Amino acid sequence: MKDLLDWIEARIPMMRVANMHALQYPAPKNMNIWYVFGFLATIVLVNQIVTGIWLTMNYVPTSEGAFASVEYIMRDVDYGWLLRYMHSTGASAFFVVVYLHMMRGMMYGSYQKPRELLWVFGMFIYLALMAEAFMGYLLPWGQMSYWGAQVIISLFGAIPVIGDDITLWIRGDYVISGATLNRFFALHVIALPLVIVILVFLHIVALHEVGSNNPDGIDVKRPKGSLSEDEKTKFKIHEYYTNKKDILDDVVPFFPHIVLKDLVAFAIFCIGFAYVLFFMPEMGGFFLEPPNFETANPMKTPEHIAPVWYFTPFYAILRAVPDKLGGVILMFAAIVMLALLPWLDRCKVRSVRYRSTLHKLNLAQFAVSFVILGYLGVKPATVIYTYMSQFFSFTYFLFFGALWLYSKNEKCKPLPERITK
Amino acid sequence: MSNAPVDNGRRRFLTIATSVVGGVGVAGAAVPFIASWNPSARAKAAGAPVEVNISKLEPGQMIRVEWRGKPVWVVRRSEDMIAQLAKHEDQLRDANSEVEQQPEYAKNRERSRKAEYFVAVGICTHLGCSPQYLSDNFGEQVEGVPTGFFCPCHGSKFDAAGRVFQSVPAPSNLEIPPHYYIDDDTILVGLNSASEVA
Repeated sequence: MKDLLDWIEARIPMMRVANMHALQYPAPKNMNIWYVFGFLATIVLVNQIVTGIWLTMNYVPTSEGAFASVEYIMRDVDYGWLLRYMHSTGASAFFVVVYLHMMRGMMYGSYQKPRELLWVFGMFIYLALMAEAFMGYLLPWGQMSYWGAQVIISLFGAIPVIGDDITLWIRGDYVISGATLNRFFALHVIALPLVIVILVFLHIVALHEVGSNNPDGIDVKRPKGSLSEDEKTKFKIHEYYTNKKDILDDVVPFFPHIVLKDLVAFAIFCIGFAYVLFFMPEMGGFFLEPPNFETANPMKTPEHIAPVWYFTPFYAILRAVPDKLGGVILMFAAIVMLALLPWLDRCKVRSVRYRSTLHKLNLAQFAVSFVILGYLGVKPATVIYTYMSQFFSFTYFLFFGALWLYSKNEKCKPLPERITK
Repeated sequence: MSNAPVDNGRRRFLTIATSVVGGVGVAGAAVPFIASWNPSARAKAAGAPVEVNISKLEPGQMIRVEWRGKPVWVVRRSEDMIAQLAKHEDQLRDANSEVEQQPEYAKNRERSRKAEYFVAVGICTHLGCSPQYLSDNFGEQVEGVPTGFFCPCHGSKFDAAGRVFQSVPAPSNLEIPPHYYIDDDTILVGLNSASEVA
């Protein structure tokens, strides 16, 4: 057996990679529950890929056949309903864990130097994920699929001069039609999943290069030669890391210590996921919206259309502006601001634990604004809701503006020398 | 192997030259991939004009027809609805239809060939939803204007001539398609006159 492993290792570095990235990867020992969502996102990605492959086996990507083939999957294919609900529930679960994952990064300053690129790769994954979810939502060819896509594609029509040509080019027809459906299918099942998988790979490579952050936001790697043997970790850490830095006795190997903790989180996640899957797969119209049980009708917009819940915060910002181009710009700006976070936050202290009360309040109000915007995005555009959308769009952007201003000379608490708990 | 000294200038030139040529090649290779997303010849050919019979339309009623895959509305406006059009022009963004959203013959207050019949593409100029026709309860949206179109998606409002109200997301008036009257009972949507070739 050992001979076989040696034979393989001499030809492809399996053990070396496993050691470097799992068995001997130094992870801070104080990683808390907020640190499980990256792992969960990976699990959900696998779920989406596997169930997605199985769905394509019965799905028909034409405007004539799509709606009926989804019904066929739901009614006649053995366990077709389960595969489809795993895919549709998985889409929402993906955004749940990704939003929590991003919140973690914001709380503990995981975007700050030297993790800027890690954060930016994460934002690219988020963008690709939104495109993937949007294109997937057109495929059942229901009323909401159709009109949701109509609205989102029309966003590009707001671009001056070339906007109309771009929307025509995206649709491949004068209205959304079978041509649009076919290209979205191709992008949804091949192009974007490839992009996402590659980006996830880069995200992890970048993470392992700079090392994981932790709830204290202090470095567990110190300059070479600065630590005594007592202070260094007793665990076997891969020499790729120990050659460059001294590593404090505050780390554990990623495998098995962190993985086991992630698996506990995975088990709990599965309970929640299975509950939704079996008892409320439509989530009261939030995961699968009622108008989507009616086949697409280009003549009639549903009474009330709203995007799926994970887009609604940005949708509320779009609606808050009584100007087409302005609304679109502000909506995209809401995402760009997040990507710029590493440069907007000029504070040197990472974790919210040691930052000023002002920052704590600002971060809290941001999270609240985001959730309320999400709520407003599913509501009809009445006068009062529009005013509320405007108010919370303002507080959403206020977070970034205020952060940039106060973070330069922020009064933070002293950082601990070593990781606390 | 020759021992001639390395000429860095020549190397740089060759690197740049091959990069540029390679870049042109990539750009050329991208053309079919990008251009294949344009509407196909079949999609372009599918936009035939449609005839609409308006003989059974009562005042205040609307019918929808499909033209180029889009909903087209035909509304028969009552005397009151026509009279109302002049009364709320101060609340409109483009009361005189300066933005080219209509053929020349529809650039008037009623935005139509005949004041009685309003023909429009039923697609909101904001993000492409199809607004609802509120024949007598539009007053809930704009006080004192009983008839209009309300877009459920983002709350844009248009009057009975498809003119957009102020402070809504839609930037311009509803589009008026080319159309003409074949006879008193029939409108043809898609062409400006009988002599125009489709």
